[in-house]
Amino acid sequence: MAELVEVLLRVAVVLLAFLVVPLLVGQVEHKAMAHMQSRVGPMYAGGFHGWAQLVADGVKFVQKEDVVPAAADRTVFKMAPAVALLPYLVAMVAIPIGPGLVGQDLDIGLFFVVAVMGVGVVGTLMGGWSSANKFSLLGGIRVAAQLMAYELPFVLAAASVAMAAGTLSLTGIVEAWNPWWLLWQAPAALVFFVAGLAELQRPPFDIPVADAELVFGPYTEYGGLRFALFILAEYAGIVVLSALTAVLFLGGWHGPWEDQVGWLWTLAKTGLVAFVVVWVRVAYPRLREDQLQRLAWQGLVPLVLFQLAVTAIGVVVMSS
Amino acid sequence: MSFPGKGLLKGLAVTMRTMTKRSVTAHYPDALPELPPRSRGVIALIEENCTVCMLCARECPAWCIYIDSHKDTIPATTEGGRDKSRNVLDRFAIDFSICMYCSICVEVCPFDALHWSPEFEYAELDIRELTHEKERLREWMWTVPAPAALDEGAEPAKEITTAQKAAERQGRPTP
Repeated sequence: MAELVEVLLRVAVVLLAFLVVPLLVGQVEHKAMAHMQSRVGPMYAGGFHGWAQLVADGVKFVQKEDVVPAAADRTVFKMAPAVALLPYLVAMVAIPIGPGLVGQDLDIGLFFVVAVMGVGVVGTLMGGWSSANKFSLLGGIRVAAQLMAYELPFVLAAASVAMAAGTLSLTGIVEAWNPWWLLWQAPAALVFFVAGLAELQRPPFDIPVADAELVFGPYTEYGGLRFALFILAEYAGIVVLSALTAVLFLGGWHGPWEDQVGWLWTLAKTGLVAFVVVWVRVAYPRLREDQLQRLAWQGLVPLVLFQLAVTAIGVVVMSS
Repeated sequence: MSFPGKGLLKGLAVTMRTMTKRSVTAHYPDALPELPPRSRGVIALIEENCTVCMLCARECPAWCIYIDSHKDTIPATTEGGRDKSRNVLDRFAIDFSICMYCSICVEVCPFDALHWSPEFEYAELDIRELTHEKERLREWMWTVPAPAALDEGAEPAKEITTAQKAAERQGRPTP
């Protein structure tokens, strides 16, 4: 009985975090991006500096009509937002924010999280295919191309840190982490972050939703709540990517007074990475399709292969 | 010094620097904008100065000025004199849905009856209500700023010298 209550409690906390933290990231994006562009962003919703803007957006989305295009593949069209959103919820379950503070500690946590994150992209692909719209289809194809190109460096970067730690458990990786890994695993961290951005289709890798060419790519035909779910998936993706980068490469809860406030360290590092996601969006223009592919195959893949070699040498030297 | 990725770092630095500075947003409904003194907000009318010469209405390229008047007769003040006649302004209206703010009417008016006011908050829900009559145009006259001061050492305006001379002739003290 106590076990059941504990499981329910953990699930409830993860669900709450899943619903709240992406909104926080969204609000930070609204305000930080506005100030980076010398604007002020939302100012009215909620009274104080527009803090309730995303709540207001949500209410608006709920009120919208539920439209399915006549030619669309109805079932797939309706399922797509859920397929896009749920993997990030599932991934959140396995990410630890403190020693023991984890939804479910898995032995193969890293493998699980990376596999599940790949599924999220399938939701976008489904949306693009089932909308019966040329923009959606082209967007979906671009998503697929991007997934093919960036999944490889993403997984290899994660593999590098798993090799260094000698475990696939996320908790185990954080426990094995050492400050000098910041240097040793720096290329992997960079590749992981960049490839993660590309998988989330975040700017500057947002060519699948390039509004000047494709209206809104795979999401063109979506409106109301379904559209909101896709957007929520994007922000949940940022949270998962930031948390993973913090846990794998920035040492999770390691920091001063880690015994008392370790979880705060994880959250702070996650927030920092999420801010960089927003920052990068403001600073850089969108990559063209060919530039995108060249960066993956000629930049990230060789770099991460080099990193794997360096990690392997390091592991052998240290174990001998 | 140049190294790979320098441009990328520069981009990040620019956005971060902008974020720490104050934004340039004008908080309009909460704070009124600071307009230059001669901004063309709306055309104001001093009814008393208007002689119904119709120059403004005829010069207006958009035909947005409506003027109605009638002739009024002032009886002669002396025995056997001639009755005087003058034009009385009945209606002066400007349709601001047609007006293109070219300022020709203001410039062409020989009696300084038309002026630019910086007032701009006169939006309406119906386009027909954008035709404003002379009462409204007269009210805007209060928002017309005083003319800019003359340059130092410049000759005083002709009107002022004339008025001063006239006052001196009548033996009144002048400022």
